[in-house]
Amino acid sequence: MADAGSPRVSDRAVVELADVWKVFDKSGRRVEALQAVSLAVARNEFAAILGPSGCGKSTLLNMVAGFDAPTRGRVLFDGDPVRAPDPRRAVVFQEPALFPWYTVLDNVTFGLRTRGVPVASYRARVEAFIEQVGLRGFESHYPAELSGGMKQRVGIARVLVMEPDVLLMDEPFGSLDAQTRSLMQELLLSVWERHQQTVLFVTHDIEEALLLADSVSVMTARPGRIKKRIAVKLPRPRSLEVTTSPFFNDLKREVLGLIREESVKAAAYGPETG
Amino acid sequence: MRRLWPALLPLAFLGLWTLAVEQRWVTEGIIPSPLQVARSWQRWIFGSPVKSLSPYSGTWLAAVLYSSRRVLQGFLLAAAVGIPLGLFVGWNRLVARLVDPSIQLLRPVPITAWLPFAIAVFGIYDASALFLIGLGAFYPIVVNTTHGVRDTNLLLLRAARMMGAGEATILTKVVFRSALPSIFTGLRLGIGIAWTAVIVAEMIAVKSGLGYVLWDAYYVGRMDICVATMLSVGLLGFVSDRALQLLSRVVLKWRTLEAHA
Repeated sequence: MADAGSPRVSDRAVVELADVWKVFDKSGRRVEALQAVSLAVARNEFAAILGPSGCGKSTLLNMVAGFDAPTRGRVLFDGDPVRAPDPRRAVVFQEPALFPWYTVLDNVTFGLRTRGVPVASYRARVEAFIEQVGLRGFESHYPAELSGGMKQRVGIARVLVMEPDVLLMDEPFGSLDAQTRSLMQELLLSVWERHQQTVLFVTHDIEEALLLADSVSVMTARPGRIKKRIAVKLPRPRSLEVTTSPFFNDLKREVLGLIREESVKAAAYGPETG
Repeated sequence: MRRLWPALLPLAFLGLWTLAVEQRWVTEGIIPSPLQVARSWQRWIFGSPVKSLSPYSGTWLAAVLYSSRRVLQGFLLAAAVGIPLGLFVGWNRLVARLVDPSIQLLRPVPITAWLPFAIAVFGIYDASALFLIGLGAFYPIVVNTTHGVRDTNLLLLRAARMMGAGEATILTKVVFRSALPSIFTGLRLGIGIAWTAVIVAEMIAVKSGLGYVLWDAYYVGRMDICVATMLSVGLLGFVSDRALQLLSRVVLKWRTLEAHA
């Protein structure tokens, strides 16, 4: 079914959500997490989803990943309905979610080893990615020996080496301190600008969304809807300095206004995490 | 002084014991003194089985080997059945609903209560002992494995799935690894029960090993040998537990790092 109604939806969309609803049953109580969400992510687009906590943005990402199914509507990947997790749709979680019993190298190569890719064919690539995310020399360390930022870099490296079609990132820097967070954002920018992977990035941080993404979809408080999609026409390559430009500030003001309306609403309803 | 501190309580106990025997606080001739136990134990270990008048002389190692072999065999049997079963029970709801009620119903039956049944089915042979030891060690292993599997972090399962792992890979590379600390807890509890079970089994169901010696010595009034047997079993139990602990420290190296972080 071609979604002719939405002008953004094109044949080139890698990820597509068409009128997606999600209702949870929380101990007998119906909780509407998502309401009529439609969204398309084009190939090589860095798309951010921005919203207050509890707006269902993680739920949305989980459905694209295949961890969860929509109550109504369709989640499409390359034109086919998403049914289960797939290495073509790789996820970076908020928690690093590394296997604590594997070394950095074994964590990074888990996806490749699982699919039986011969070592010889990926060794150089793995080394390159480990170098890029600054983990050289830490290959034989266990996650317990790494800092939070380093763990998250392992989490990024392990999905990059799989060369997925889409990178799904669920507030990947949310649990890091401010300084590490900036470093990670720069790292992601430089890595992304090199590989131009399609990214769907969920965050509640306005600056982060505007700094990284080509488009920012602002979500409403629960039940989550997409309130507005803003194109971020900042030149690339970008660096942290872009956040001080007047154009960036105009965008920020616009988004801030949208978010503020929602935060007020969320406070009135009584927020819930999720 | 600091080195002696842990030895203080055992030494005080030995002193009190010696005193109790010498001062005749206990019935004379029934409770041997520590020194008598030590002497009998030494003869039991190093004595010549031919020249000596004592029937126990020089038979200690043989008894220890009999019991240790049974414990090891029963324990390995329990682990070989308990770990895979625990994995499936913990992982699959259907398997759990099929198997779990039976396990929970049979578990409260004490291992000693199985003795007549074991002898009736397997006779006065090794099989009886192995059945009792294996059954005793099986419960903690299967229960702890199940528990460990159910504790697996959902996020790690999702991570494995999005990297393309199928059920078999997830079970062996994620669930099993994640349950290993719990499995080791089960193994350590299991080997403890195995030593209990081997003594009970050898007292009644077979005619060799430390349990047999214990019961035999009791019948002929050799309390010194009884006490030496008790200490031997305690020592072997301690050593086997230590060996498992050492193994777990090697296998779960990542976990000791976590504890220090």
